[in-house]
Parts: sequence; C-alpha cells; structure tokens
Amino acid sequence: MTTLNEDVKSGLPQGEASRRNIASRRRKGAIWRTIFLSATIFGLIALSLLIYNVANEVFGYVAIEYAVDPATLSDKPLDELNKDELVAVLQGNMRKNAFRTLENEKPMANRSDSEVYDLVVERVLKPQTLETWTLRDSWFNKAAIDAQVASDFPEAKLEFRSWISTSFLTTPMSSDPLRAGVRTALLGSLWMIAITILFAFPIGVGAAIYLEEYATDNRFNRIIQTNINNLAGVPSIIYGMLGLVIFVRTLEPITSGRMFGADSGNGRTIVAASLTMMLLILPIMIINGQEAIRAVPLSLRQASYGLGATKWQTIWHHVLPNALPGIFTGTILAISRAIGETAPLIVVGASTFIVTDPDGPFAKFTALPIQIYNWTSRPQPEFAHIAASAIVVLLVMLLSLNAIAVVLRNRFSKRG
Amino acid sequence: MTEKQTDTAQYTLVVRNMNVYYGAFRAINNVSLNIERNKITALIGPSGCGKSTVLRSLNRMNDLVNGARVEGEVLFHEQNLYANDVDAVEVRRRIGMVFQKPNPFPKSIYDNIAFGPRINGWKGTKSEMDDLVERCLRQAALWDDVKDKLKESGLALSGGQQQRLCIARALAVEPEVILMDEPCSALDPISTLKIEELMMELRQRYTIAIVTHNMQQAARASDYTAFFLMNDQRAGELVEYGPTGDLFTNPKDKRTEDYITGRFG
Amino acid sequence: MDDKVSIGMDSRRITTSQRETTRPFSLKKQSRLGENIIQGFLLFCGVLSMFTTIGIVIVLGSESIAFFRQVSIVEFLTNTVWSPQIDEFGILPLLLSTLLTSTIAMFIALPTGLAAAIYLSEYASRRARSILKPVLEVLAGVPTVVYGYFALKFMTPLLKSVFGEANVNIYNMASAGLVMGIMIIPLVSSMSEDALSAVPRALREGAYGLGATRLETAIKVVLPAGISGIIAAFVVAISRAVGETMIVAVAAGAKPTFTFNPFEAAETMTGHIARISGGDLSYASIDYNSIFAIGLTLFLMTLGLNMISRRLVRRFREVYE
Ligand SMILES: Nc1ncnc2c1ncn2[C@@H]1O[C@H](COP(=O)(O)OP(=O)(O)OP(=O)(O)O)[C@@H](O)[C@H]1O
Ligand SMILES: [Mg+2]
Repeated sequence: MTTLNEDVKSGLPQGEASRRNIASRRRKGAIWRTIFLSATIFGLIALSLLIYNVANEVFGYVAIEYAVDPATLSDKPLDELNKDELVAVLQGNMRKNAFRTLENEKPMANRSDSEVYDLVVERVLKPQTLETWTLRDSWFNKAAIDAQVASDFPEAKLEFRSWISTSFLTTPMSSDPLRAGVRTALLGSLWMIAITILFAFPIGVGAAIYLEEYATDNRFNRIIQTNINNLAGVPSIIYGMLGLVIFVRTLEPITSGRMFGADSGNGRTIVAASLTMMLLILPIMIINGQEAIRAVPLSLRQASYGLGATKWQTIWHHVLPNALPGIFTGTILAISRAIGETAPLIVVGASTFIVTDPDGPFAKFTALPIQIYNWTSRPQPEFAHIAASAIVVLLVMLLSLNAIAVVLRNRFSKRG
Repeated sequence: MTEKQTDTAQYTLVVRNMNVYYGAFRAINNVSLNIERNKITALIGPSGCGKSTVLRSLNRMNDLVNGARVEGEVLFHEQNLYANDVDAVEVRRRIGMVFQKPNPFPKSIYDNIAFGPRINGWKGTKSEMDDLVERCLRQAALWDDVKDKLKESGLALSGGQQQRLCIARALAVEPEVILMDEPCSALDPISTLKIEELMMELRQRYTIAIVTHNMQQAARASDYTAFFLMNDQRAGELVEYGPTGDLFTNPKDKRTEDYITGRFG
Repeated sequence: MDDKVSIGMDSRRITTSQRETTRPFSLKKQSRLGENIIQGFLLFCGVLSMFTTIGIVIVLGSESIAFFRQVSIVEFLTNTVWSPQIDEFGILPLLLSTLLTSTIAMFIALPTGLAAAIYLSEYASRRARSILKPVLEVLAGVPTVVYGYFALKFMTPLLKSVFGEANVNIYNMASAGLVMGIMIIPLVSSMSEDALSAVPRALREGAYGLGATRLETAIKVVLPAGISGIIAAFVVAISRAVGETMIVAVAAGAKPTFTFNPFEAAETMTGHIARISGGDLSYASIDYNSIFAIGLTLFLMTLGLNMISRRLVRRFREVYE
C-alpha cells in the first residue's frame, strides 16, 4: 500500500498510537462535556434552591397562645358564626367601656362581617406567636415539634399556617407579623407601574422610532445612540440619586402635588418614584423597541412609499402595527424590571411603614420590594415567613407578566 | 470477496447503495460510486441535486447536521465508514475537506497549518513543525506569497490565497483523500486557475473529489466525472459516471447530454 | 404660528409660479406641518436620554463638589476609615468591600457562565436548549432583593455550617458575593453564547474537517474566535457586580469596615448609599453630600467598564459582519 508522505518522516501518530491518541482525546472531551453540562445545570439547581427556600418559609407550624381559648367562646367554630353572634362574643368578653369606645368609633351595625371577626381576634383572642417552624421541619419533624410545644408552651395551640393567604393580600402593613399584609405595598407597586408606563411607553416608542426611522447616520445621532447604550448600564441606585435630587427635591412643588392642590408634605410620592423608574427603564424600552422596528421588512416600507405615503403615514400604518407585538414584549420586560427594582425606591424615599392605601399619584407609598427588603432585614424569624410570602406575590406577578410576553413573542414570530 | 478486494485496491472510496436523509426527507437515493486512487473525480449536477450531501457523506461531516442519516456503505481501506466502531474524528483526519467559502481560522497563517497536527497528537520539535508548515505551504503553492508573514492573520490574505491556505491546512494532517466542495466558486478566474493547477499537482499523492458547477472546470481538471440529478421525489440520483473525456464527448444518457450542453431546463 | 407658515408657503408659491406657470401640479417640496410636529416630538424623545445623562452628571457632580469643598480628594481616595460621625471620609473601606464582593461573584459567574454558554452553543440539542435557556432567563428575571433574601436566609447559614458558626459573621461579604455570582451567571452565559453563536459555522466545519473533536473545536477554534465578545460579557458582568445594591445591602453588612476577610461584615459603596439615603437625612448635611461623591465614583467605574465592553463587542462584530 502506498502511504502518502513516504518520503518524509511523519510526526503524526500512526496505527495503534493514533487509536490511543483519539481515545484519550475522546475521554477528555467527555469529561469537559460533563463539566459544561454541570455548569448549565447549576443554574437550574440555584433556581430550585431559591424556590425551595422561599416555599420553606411560606408554610409551616405555628405555636400560638390565645388570651382566651377560642373553643370556649362559642359552641360552634368561630369562623362559622354570623355577625350578630360575633358581636355577642365581643360584648361578652370585653370590658363595657372598651366595647362602647369601639361602638363610638364606628357602630357595629356599620361594620362588615370580616371587620367584626378581626375585632374578635384582636380584642378577645389576642393571639401571640411563640414559635414558628419551616415547612421542612413541619413535614419531617412533627414529633419533635409536638414534644417541644408540650414541654415549652403547654398553653399554646399548634396550628399549620399558610403565611400567604387572601388576608395577607388584603390587609395593610402591621408590626405584628401574624396580621401584616401586603395590600398597601401591592397597591403602591401597581400605582407606580401604571404611571411609569404612562410616561415611558410613548417616550420610549417615540425615541425608538426617531432612532430607527428618522435619524441619519451623523455624529449627533450616533452620540444619542451611544448614550442610550451607556445609560442601560448605569447602576439603578444612580437613577435613584438622580430621582432624589431632580424629582423629590427640585421638582417638589410638582411631585408633592402642591401645584395640583394635593399636598403630601414632600416630594417622596408615587409620581416621583414613577418618573425615576421611567428614566431607568427608558433605555431598555428604546433598545427593545428599536429591535422590533428594525425587524419590519424594508419591502413593506418601500411598498408604502411607492403608493405616495408620507414618512409618518408609512410608520403609522405599516411599520408600527407590525412592530407592535415586539414593542409590547419589550415593554413587558422593562416593566418586570421596574416592578422588582428596589434600590432606586429606597433612595427616592418610599416609606417603609405605611398603612393607608395610596389614593393617587401624589400619595406617599410603599412597594412590594421595599416591603420584602424591610421584612428580610428584621432579625425575628416570623418576619422571614412574611418576607417569603411577599416574595411569592412578587414572583407570581413577574411570572404572569413574562407569560404574557412569551405569548406575544410567539404570536410575533409566527407572523414574522 | 475477491471482487471486493480488487475494488478497494484500485479505488480509495467505494460507495455502495447510499441513501441520505435529512429528517424524513430523502436527499440522496441509492448512489453507488467508486472513487479511484490518485485521480480527480468531479461531481456535477444542478443546484440542490445533492452533490454536497454526497461529498459530506464521504467523511462523515453530515454527522454534524441535526437529523441527518446515512444508509448504505462507504468503504475506505475495506472498512465501512458508517460501521458502529468507526470514529468520525479519525475518518476526518484521513479524509480532509476544503469548503466552498475559504474559512481560515482567525489565527496566524502558521497556526492555521499547525492546528491540525497539534490537535492530532503531533510529536515533533519546533523546527520539524516549521518544516511541515513550509512543506504544506509549498504544496499548496502559497509559500512564496506568505513566507515573510507567517505570523500574520490568515484572514489578511486574499480570497484565493485563503483558499490555498485552507488546502495547505488540510494537507498538514496527511490525509489520503481531499474532498473539495466548490472550492473555486468564491474566487476570481486567475485564482481558480491556480487552484486547478494545484489539484493536478496534488493528484500524484492524494485522491481528490471535487464538487463544481463549472462545466469547463470539470472537463479541464478532472479524470472522472459523476453527474447527479434529482428524481421526481427531489432525491438526488447518480445518472452517469465515467472518465471525464467520455462523459463530455460521448454521454450515454440523454439527460447528461442536455445538461453539459446547457439545454437543461 | 399658523399665519407664518402659510405666508411662507405663499411666498414660495409666488417664486415658483414665475417659472412653472403652465404645470398642472408642482413637484416642489411641501412643508407638512403635522409631520413636522410629530418629528419634533420624536426628536424630543430621542434627546431626552441626553438630558438623563446630563442630569446624572450635574447632580452627582454638583453635590460632590459641595462634598469636596470640605473633604480633600486625597483624603477621600486614601483614608481607610469611613465614619461621618468623626469626620473621616475615606472611600477605601467601601471600595474594598465592593471589590471583594465583586471578585467573589466573578469567581462564580465567569467560569460557570462561560461553561454554560459553551454547552448551550456547542453541545446542547435543541430540546436541551429549550429547557435550559428559559431556566437561565427566569434566573435573570428574579429581582435582586429576592437574591438578597436568598443570601441572608440560605447562603449565610450554609457558610456558617461549612466554615463554623464562629468564623462567619451573620452579615458577610462571602455570602453576598456568592449569591451575586449566581445572579450574574445568566448575564455572562447569554452574552457569551451570543458571541459564540456569532462565530460562523464554516469555522467549526473547518476544524471538524481536520479531525478535531467537539471539545477541540469549541475550545481551540470557536472560543478564540469569539473571545472579544466573551471578554465584553465579562466586563459587563464586573460592572453589574460593582453596581449591584440589594444583595449587599441585605447580606453584606451595614458598617464600613476595612477588611480583607470575606467572612466579616463590611458595607459596600452601593450598600452605604442605600442605607444613608433610606434613613431620614437632612439635605444640608455632609452625610448627604458624601453619598454623591460615592455615587460619582460608582458611576465613573461602571461607565468606564461599559464603554470598554461595547468597544470590544464592536470590534468583534467588525470581524464577522
Ligand atoms: N442541513 C440540511 N437540512 C435539511 N435539508 C438539507 C440540508 N442540507 C441540504 N439539504 C437538502 O438536501 C438537498 C441536497 O442539498 P445539497 O446541498 O447536497 O445540494 P447541492 O447539490 O450541493 O446544491 P448546490 O449546488 O446548490 O450546492 C437539497 O434539497 C437541500 O434542500
Ligand atoms: Mg453544495
């Protein structure tokens, strides 16, 4: 058989050596493949751990001590009583003048069922958490928990509690973790996001249209584009500082609502936070919007121009409708970012303890991530439960938003 | 048995009843083809008839395409390339490939050539490697163009030079067969001519299979020509195969005649 | 306003009519008021971003100037104590813990993110990608305050159980840094994957054609070809880590401390800004001014990093487009 380079000595392994060479390279390849795969799976593990840690705190046993044993109040379970029976329980277990004070604040007849029920819990039962357990302990160490409760808190009742519940969503902030809720924070977040979109959407889309359709390639426009890209990388806390100086302090007459006859004392209001968020998400919105507009085929524009349409007619009737799903997707992603942002809100001065619902753009407010931050920072273990519950609320909000984005994206790619 | 041995003594690659599928789509239907040692075999045919597919099946490049599947046999030194115990990496080292668009690595000219030997377990000194690089560049008729700039990026060369660099790169792993998929389609006529001359040179040591759309090129620069055509199911079939002179002057099949005279529609 | 426009149009019509009297229509440029207004609005939208930048520069600059009137830049950059109560304003402790947490984060994020990018771009089947990529996207979408919770409630106890209860402070830089690393993995992997998949297929085929294995193709051909895009991803990742606030605010500690021990509590630049501005502070105090000096430092650092990164990406694009 003729080998090819018989005139020169080959430095390459031949025959058996070549087989060994390839086998060892194959082995190395397999090892590294495993390493690469593990790195990718690591993300999955981290995500599972995170979810597990949150869920672990959301459910679990609670040892509660009541001032009065609920079973002695009535022969039926408390939550089956109607309003009149509840009022009777209140009357029977409170001092007379204390009850009268309540009656004077707001007559029992005008209070709703659940308000009266809450009063019974608050004034009569006076529950106190003595100890809480995580889901894992509740699941696997029930016996140990029982033993501990029997020896340490003989008076207490052991209840399995879901820290996240409808009342968690509908009650305002409280210093008692058993009765604290995210109502105020949820409303604050929604108000803030609504106003943010109101400003950011038209400006973001406008800027994207300008840059894609109008801007010629000159120095001025290149600077604008570079600037937007740079802004997308500015840390969010810097936006907070900008908002603090510009919106909270300099524009205080506007953001406090004084100019509109709704003075809230200072500029630390929803509108100031929204404007700050707007500046923060604008770069993302513009960049996403540009991509969506760029994806509209040139032929469509040429067809429109060919029929004598003006530039704006072409954009309005042909470019925008086709780019809209992409623009919406980008907007939703930007909103998700804004909903989760915490640092700028801290700097702009969202309140940490506030119980009244925000009633307009000029209200003082708190927001979900602020609440999470606040509760996470508390050393008492009960607060970890409500912090985790608030995290669940936040993540569910984000996931639903992203689900919408995915649906839009799929519609978009099918058409495109 | 004896027949098979005579086959493989004379022929470097023996393709038997090959079908190639991309997913459910059959791209190649029942092709059998013998590629003779130290000869240039040209594969011609209209676009989409499966020339590249056949060529890429000869060194298992189709393994890299999701959903691609090859049936039948490709014998190389009496071994079926598609047998279970055959290693595609070893196959590709023995059967090199040059692509339609020059694709030098974004490395220096020197490193482009040294890459193949290095990954394949080259055991030699620096000066032996220098010799190897020079030898390959000389074989590819590129040495005089680049001998003073071996450290410069391979991307800094002209298109024709890049393609010769890719040929030199393929030679460095000492293959027996070189497969070329339209190696000149991105080149100007002068570069094309140079590559054709180069193939004539290389033929003495290597077996070459080349896909080309250029009828003159096939006629000028090949010893054998295989003509492919799509059948009704859009699967590629081998219509005629024979010595280039015969095929071009005296085609046996009407369709071949139509194609080479440009009357194909 | 309207009058002026029509006068302008009239006068133009007069001059053209002298030359083109017989034409039934004019091909002369018309000014379309509506289009102009719209274009004006769009231009304003585009330019608004410039005002944001100018605003940031002016705000950070002017408050910093007020600060540097009272504290010399040299002291600011060299003093290792930050303690406004006793008039010590050295950024080094804040800077050091920022760099420490970021470094720890990079030890996690860069290798893991790059390895994941290589897997996704060079190895993964379409199905594996369709599962793993969304996971990374979700990880990227988790708000940073949630990561802060994760650091404090999971990573810190984990570190304590591994390194000993007594050796690890409840607030510590290691925990914050590690979780920050996890947070940044998706950023590194998606940017690096973009860089890798932008490498033309032809290069991979060239390598395979010479008998390279998948690993050799990925590491010796694709990776070097995409390297500037990958470095760009790394630089952006560093910038993200430096600017990250909530994880360190929750988990790294609330006291500026000059320490190299990652298990100690130490406040970062961002953490300090968040804590000081979150409290009730008077706008006239030097404390207030001082956070802007820190903010300015932070801004310049991240801006520099981002500019380097984009230059690298641009160079990378020039090679392949
Ligand atoms: N990766 C692939 N996936 C699916 N189908 C493919 C793939 N590559 C090629 N095909 C199909 O296989 C058939 C043959 O393609 P091939 O590239 O081999 O043709 P060709 O003769 O080389 O054409 P050309 O002269 O244009 O290069 C075509 O119908 C093509 O659409
Ligand atoms: Mg082809």
